[in-house]
Amino acid sequence: MEFQTTSAQQTETVGEKIAPLLQAGDVLLLEGDLGAGKTTFTRGLARTLGISRAIKSPTFTIIREYRDGRLPLFHMDLYRLEHSSADDLGLEEYFDGQGVSVIEWPEFGADVLPKDVLTITIKRQSMSDEGRQFTLVAQGPRSEALLAQFKERWI
Amino acid sequence: MINKQRELILAFESSCDETSVAVIENGHRILSNIIATQIKSHQRFGGVVPEVASRHHVEQVLNCTKLAMAEAEVDYEDLTAVAVTYGPGLVGSLLIGICAAKAISFAHHLPLIPVNHLAGHIYAAQLITPLSYPFMALVVSGGHTELVLVNEPNEYQLLGETRDDAAGEAYDKIGRVLGITYPAGKEVDALAHQGQDTFNFPRAMLDEDNLDFSFSGLKSAFINTVHHADQLGETLDRKDLAASFQASVSDVLVGKTMRALAEHPVKQLVVAGGVAANQGLREKLTATLAIEQPAIELIIPPLRLCGDNAAMIGAAASVQLATKAPFADLSLNAVPSLDLV
Repeated sequence: MEFQTTSAQQTETVGEKIAPLLQAGDVLLLEGDLGAGKTTFTRGLARTLGISRAIKSPTFTIIREYRDGRLPLFHMDLYRLEHSSADDLGLEEYFDGQGVSVIEWPEFGADVLPKDVLTITIKRQSMSDEGRQFTLVAQGPRSEALLAQFKERWI
Repeated sequence: MINKQRELILAFESSCDETSVAVIENGHRILSNIIATQIKSHQRFGGVVPEVASRHHVEQVLNCTKLAMAEAEVDYEDLTAVAVTYGPGLVGSLLIGICAAKAISFAHHLPLIPVNHLAGHIYAAQLITPLSYPFMALVVSGGHTELVLVNEPNEYQLLGETRDDAAGEAYDKIGRVLGITYPAGKEVDALAHQGQDTFNFPRAMLDEDNLDFSFSGLKSAFINTVHHADQLGETLDRKDLAASFQASVSDVLVGKTMRALAEHPVKQLVVAGGVAANQGLREKLTATLAIEQPAIELIIPPLRLCGDNAAMIGAAASVQLATKAPFADLSLNAVPSLDLV
């Protein structure tokens, strides 16, 4: 599935639309450069899950947990694992857990990620500060169902 | 057994880059402060690597402990307590310090004091000068940007914090865009001093009626500016880019701090955390304070106490001991997302 957003606000709306569809154990991978809008997307998602705390960058701590919403949110950022391994971090415990995992820079932890995932790629459009190209690709039955539901909501 | 003449705390810090062990006397005198840094190893990787960090902490913690005890010229029997950072930070790194502290606490029957890393940064100031309450603290580092009012010893009130990226993180990320290796703060600071604020980047939330910060928009504005120039085949002046970025960061940090000081009368302002080493911030803060709040004493610890170190953990632990804050037992665990309040 592909579509465009024209503002940061609309990028946040993508997160808002997907949040009500999420179930415990869902894993979303967010791909995109520095400043693409990964955290903006996550902010909309978190707010609609009912999380009231500000979504801060997880770059420093790798993982931030938010447990005051409809489902726990595990916001991860593997940016700093670029030349290392995610082996020893125990991320699997989050994926099998009771919450939703949203993972930025998943390419740096590819060896430990689960098989059933929804990959959301956000690309900036040339010569536009806020316009973004979204590409959503589902792998596995659960993520395919999630993507199908999202398609209905987005149109 | 508690030594009546001297309060001696053996402190451990291993939340991120640095493995550090210190011995602090009476909460303010540094008998030793051994810091083994991993920055050299991280530079190759362009960021803090948790797996590497844990392994290096394991290799260094025993040596640091031996050195700290030897340099302080104390024995384990002389100690009053053992203190350790238990969060926030990287879980694998934190656990190394915690395990070492627990082992010494258990073997030598010493109380174990769990310390919040941010409380440590704030109480680094106590190693420089006596603190008078209430005082204001601006904590700025790679992982934190917070304005904290310390009403009484070990009593913190969070007045404002970043809503997205930490100030130091913004430095590291735009540093990457400029091709500067981690940690980028020092080099961006140096470049900024050779350039001019010509790009006029946004000063996020400066005019809003609150004490929170936001640096994500500045990061985006910076990246957009470089991106546009790339597409037009232009090359922008790195010095001016750095100067413009730094001017925005320090305007916001100083502006919000002044607002906090106007709302909460204090006699002292403590600047803590790795970004306190930033010359641009120091200069602007000193100049603005002299004009707007000349009666307030500005306390910026020297560089070696601004970065992560165990001496500051020992200082905070001493305050916890004095205020009879609860000790930890051997079930103490790392809390990666630990809050100050």
